[in-house]
Amino acid sequence: MAEKEATRAAYGRKLAELGEKHDFYVLDADLSGSTQTAVFAKKYPERFFNCGIAEGNMISVAAGIAATGVPAFASSFAMFACGRAFEQIRNSVAYPHLPVKICASHAGITVGEDGATHQFCEDIAIMRALPNMTVVCPADSASTEALLEEVLNFDGPVYMRLGRYSVPQFYTKGEREFKLGKGIVLADGKDIAIVATGIMVAAAMEARAELQSIGIDAAVIDIHTIKPIDEALIKEYAAKTGAILTAEEHSVIGGLGDAVASVIAEDGNAKLAKLGINDVYGTSAPAGVLLEHYGLNAAGIVEKAKKLLNK
Amino acid sequence: MERNTVLELKEKAARVRMLSVEAVYGAKSGHPGGSLSIADVITYLYFERMNLDPNDPAMESRDRFVLSKGHCCPALYSALAIKGYFAEDELKKLRKLGGMLQGHPDMKGIPGIDMSTGSLGQGFSAACGMAAVAKRKGYDWRVYTALGDGEIEEGQVWEAAMFANQYKLNNIIAFIDCNGYQIDGAVSDVMDPNPVDEKFRAFGWFAQVIDGHDFEAIDNAVNAAIESGKPAAIICKTVKGKGVSYMENNYTWHGKAPKDDEYAIAAKELEEAWIKAKEDVKNG
Repeated sequence: MAEKEATRAAYGRKLAELGEKHDFYVLDADLSGSTQTAVFAKKYPERFFNCGIAEGNMISVAAGIAATGVPAFASSFAMFACGRAFEQIRNSVAYPHLPVKICASHAGITVGEDGATHQFCEDIAIMRALPNMTVVCPADSASTEALLEEVLNFDGPVYMRLGRYSVPQFYTKGEREFKLGKGIVLADGKDIAIVATGIMVAAAMEARAELQSIGIDAAVIDIHTIKPIDEALIKEYAAKTGAILTAEEHSVIGGLGDAVASVIAEDGNAKLAKLGINDVYGTSAPAGVLLEHYGLNAAGIVEKAKKLLNK
Repeated sequence: MERNTVLELKEKAARVRMLSVEAVYGAKSGHPGGSLSIADVITYLYFERMNLDPNDPAMESRDRFVLSKGHCCPALYSALAIKGYFAEDELKKLRKLGGMLQGHPDMKGIPGIDMSTGSLGQGFSAACGMAAVAKRKGYDWRVYTALGDGEIEEGQVWEAAMFANQYKLNNIIAFIDCNGYQIDGAVSDVMDPNPVDEKFRAFGWFAQVIDGHDFEAIDNAVNAAIESGKPAAIICKTVKGKGVSYMENNYTWHGKAPKDDEYAIAAKELEEAWIKAKEDVKNG
């Protein structure tokens, strides 16, 4: 397994690479070092705008750029890109269906020590509520890079959720095709399907091995696109396993768990448990410590899976 | 500016005012006050200044106009209809189910609308984004935008003003429609944005104060703005509700439609003004 890396790093690297062949602009709000857009900025200063600490303006400026026909990537921390600038995203970007790609880093609790004001665990819920919006949350570097190219080529607004925390790498570059809206079955199983997104995909794979050792055969599905969600795949595994466990570094309200719930409720053939942040604000601590504290790890998945299966 | 041009613009503006109030009356809702105050600026841009083609609304080399004070779209829709972007009949379906003309400008559904606006402050930023592309790519088209004096209470306006100065956007011209009123009353009573010109200057803009109903003044100001080499604000002193006696300087006409008897008075006044303006054109 390759070395650990944060998805924001893969984003910065790939963005600069895509800049060679594709015409687009990149905007940041004084966090280009953290979001990694600085890599692009250094290479293509004539296509970069640092907007200063003014996220609302950044999003609407990106919309104006996109209105001329050129895609625009806008990055900041999820808290500010999606949180502070929500209404600009809704009215300047999503409503007119403009090709603005909001690539927000430092999502979820793995921001770590900065604490609750910067740990945004509600962004998926907010973004998936918007008509026209596509919501993407990659799990590792190879998937971030592949999906970023899809995001660029997609004609419309996208919210891409990226992290600060270094995560294990399990996809190999070029090994498989990533399509927006198509989930990936990383491992098959018949007893339960662990439907995960973002950094929880790696935890799900780890949990799968542990579950196997106690006789539970778990499937693992990477839902990198939360909207539009891969309904067919989720329905298939609901019917096949009868038990779905969702795992996300996000609130259990409105995120992947609720998106999956909406899909399987129609057929009513599977039980569902949601692993995520349970309607609370985060707290200051190193990211790894927080993941353990909130049970967002393999152990948390195993425990929840056993409970769901009454084992 | 030649006398004939001024007279022709006055005639067009009178027609824009007529259609605007008729549309708001038909919709039984909307924003007549600010539509009437910005009508002359919009008329000037669409009938005199901007490079555009109603038969090719998306023409890449066109000048852009962003109505950041999007609620005043009755004036913009009326100008677009007169220019031939769409049939005047569409104005009768303003704000109605199935109609093309939304309560606020919708760039996806309405030919000639360069940006969807309505949430105050955002259009100004988007206009800056367009200007930034034109500047970086060396395009010679310009971006014009119009804001209200109530709108500039939005903090985003000043974020955008900083952005335009930072990136030396000498290809954007912002008209600030200073009619002195917002929906809750006089801007000076609600949240005084004055002095507007000094604020823009402090943000690095070239700022002029003019009579926003004087076409020669508007024309001169735009020429001076282009000469300035800076992002330029043209602060237009205007009369809210201009052209309808009982609406003038009366903030209660910010966002409501006239009733039947009220509309009869407005229609009569506006039509008389239009007929007179047409005669003036004929007589030279």
